Amino acid sequence: MLWVDKYRPKTLDHVMVHQDIAQNLKKLVTEQDCPHLLFYGPPGSGKKTLIMALIRQMFGPSAEKVKVENKTWKVDAGSRTLDIELTTLSSTNHVELSPSDAGFQDRYVVQEIIKEIAKNRPIDTKGKRGFKVLVLNEVDKLSREAQHSLRRTMEKYSAYCRLILCCNSSSKVTEAIRSRCLNVRINAPTDEEIVKVLEFIGNKEGLQLPSGFAARIADKSNRSLRRAILSFETCRVQQYPLTSKQVIPPMDWEEYIAEIASDVMKEQSPKRLFQVRGKLYELLINCIPPEIILKRLLYELLKKLDAELKHEVCHWAAYYEHRMCLGQKAIFHIEAFVAKFMSIYKSFLIATFG
Amino acid sequence: MAPLLQSSQPWVEKYRPKQVKDVAHQDEVVRVLTNTLETTNCPHMLFYGPPGTGKTTTALAIAHQLFGPELYKSRVLELNASDDRGINVVRTKIKDFAAVAVAVGSSHRQGGYPCPPYKIIILDEADSMTEDAQNALRRTMETYSKVTRFFFICNYISRIIEPLASRCAKFRFKPLSEDIMSSRILHISKEEGLNLDAEALSALSSISQGDLRRAITYLQSAARLFGSSISCKDLISVSGVIPQEVVEKLLIACKSGNFDLANKEVNNIVAEGYPVSQMLSQILEVIVEADDISDEQKARICKKLAEADKCLVDGADEYLQLLDVASNTMRALCNMPQEFPYEG
Repeated sequence: MLWVDKYRPKTLDHVMVHQDIAQNLKKLVTEQDCPHLLFYGPPGSGKKTLIMALIRQMFGPSAEKVKVENKTWKVDAGSRTLDIELTTLSSTNHVELSPSDAGFQDRYVVQEIIKEIAKNRPIDTKGKRGFKVLVLNEVDKLSREAQHSLRRTMEKYSAYCRLILCCNSSSKVTEAIRSRCLNVRINAPTDEEIVKVLEFIGNKEGLQLPSGFAARIADKSNRSLRRAILSFETCRVQQYPLTSKQVIPPMDWEEYIAEIASDVMKEQSPKRLFQVRGKLYELLINCIPPEIILKRLLYELLKKLDAELKHEVCHWAAYYEHRMCLGQKAIFHIEAFVAKFMSIYKSFLIATFG
Repeated sequence: MAPLLQSSQPWVEKYRPKQVKDVAHQDEVVRVLTNTLETTNCPHMLFYGPPGTGKTTTALAIAHQLFGPELYKSRVLELNASDDRGINVVRTKIKDFAAVAVAVGSSHRQGGYPCPPYKIIILDEADSMTEDAQNALRRTMETYSKVTRFFFICNYISRIIEPLASRCAKFRFKPLSEDIMSSRILHISKEEGLNLDAEALSALSSISQGDLRRAITYLQSAARLFGSSISCKDLISVSGVIPQEVVEKLLIACKSGNFDLANKEVNNIVAEGYPVSQMLSQILEVIVEADDISDEQKARICKKLAEADKCLVDGADEYLQLLDVASNTMRALCNMPQEFPYEG
């Protein structure tokens, strides 16, 4: 089992990073009065961990017995019937799904499927806990219509069904939904917190941590706890005992992008652009999301550039990233950014060195 | 069905005014509708205005007061955005409902309610209806005007097509003033046994910007999380408003003219999980009110803010947009040229 899963806190009491939030959540649950919740925060900050711990707190250990189902739903959409396939993760008391997987049909998922799930209430003889929890992932990727549909559904079934929404950026969730939920902001853990967790894991595994090693991993992790733990484990597998000088292996795709960046800096010509295209395709084929490629490329370029160029380059990065979300083919826009950068850099070089 | 826990009912529902005359701050509408209650005569209506000003409340209240609980079900059809409202629904559901005549002789008062001889169709959030659906309504409204009245409720009147708007009496709902908001909130906090100091009260009014529903929701969230005594800080943390220091820090970084410093701040803001759209509106607030920034600089900054906001709506990456805004703000504040020197 990976350490990320092995050391995922199971209960709200064991949470190490967001203790204050965990205590507040616990208070909410013990008062039996749980509103709809909206968790938002950057990836790797612990949203999912908190949600799972919260559900366990509500329903006890039975919430951990989950089964994965791949269901096909028949939805009547006026003139025709649609088949929508969705993967759900469910236990007796909760159901988890990512409605945005249904693409442009997400509206029907929200309107029909949630209603259906909400109607099947768990039976409890004690008349206690008469509600189900529905966890919706990636609500920020839902279409406008789906979000509009969600708001009434939330109110209508609030007696039998609590929604827990989870997303990266709450800007993309409409005000109507935000105002109906208790918003919980999960910030990314600070470097010190990551160090604390790494030391805790090292302790449990019986490892000798050289001083400053954990801090170096935390520094490289971009404030993502998941990534820190993964690279910690990689280091452990690579070489043990750990030494203080050991290199923390960077992600291979990041190295690759750094390579592209230095390629672009060295020569600005159509030929070089053609070579870079091949490398960009390589990255895309390996399922690195295009916006991450662009962001990382910008990061690498900014490290090397003069201050006066930085403004210009970051403007064009933002410009082409926006174009990318509107367009279809990501490669065009990344390549356009690279070409734009080349032209800017070339004229900068000419202006400076003649 | 297990009984619904009293406490889990949202306060917004619990304290929703039941009668038209209790609706706060919307004198015109209240006057017209009180008149309606006496004469039982009413035109088609169109309520528009910002969220949380009492539009739905008013529509529901008048419907309840006209028909009373018994007839309400058969006389009122409520449709909102979560119901499918494509052109098919207009053609079938609304038409069917409108076509059924009201029973003769039922025009007498029943149980103290006026019970006028027509039905009411409430179309909530009408601005999210498609244009086709709205067009399909035009004739329906006129054909069945003897037996039905339509209440349209929307935020943006510009999204209602002109032919529909011209068939209705329009009422604009104003954002609530601070006094009225405070008095409602004080009333609720007294009922719920909350302890709210003056500072928190004014913070709540300013955060919610005239939206009473938002104010009440924040109040309830804060009460759930922090117990019965609520401070200004609790309210800010619940509402998702970004602390002023964070905004100030970014602006100071921009003023310094150091790109890397601004980049670090932006990284920090994104990692803390603050919503960038909220950040943009708060930057705007600070910039517009600042005295030490010239008008031209303000204009440059605001233009970029608007562009970035549009990009965010389109789903662009938050980090890149905020970085672009920060770099533009820096160039404006440090009087760097607006055009990029090397753009070929």
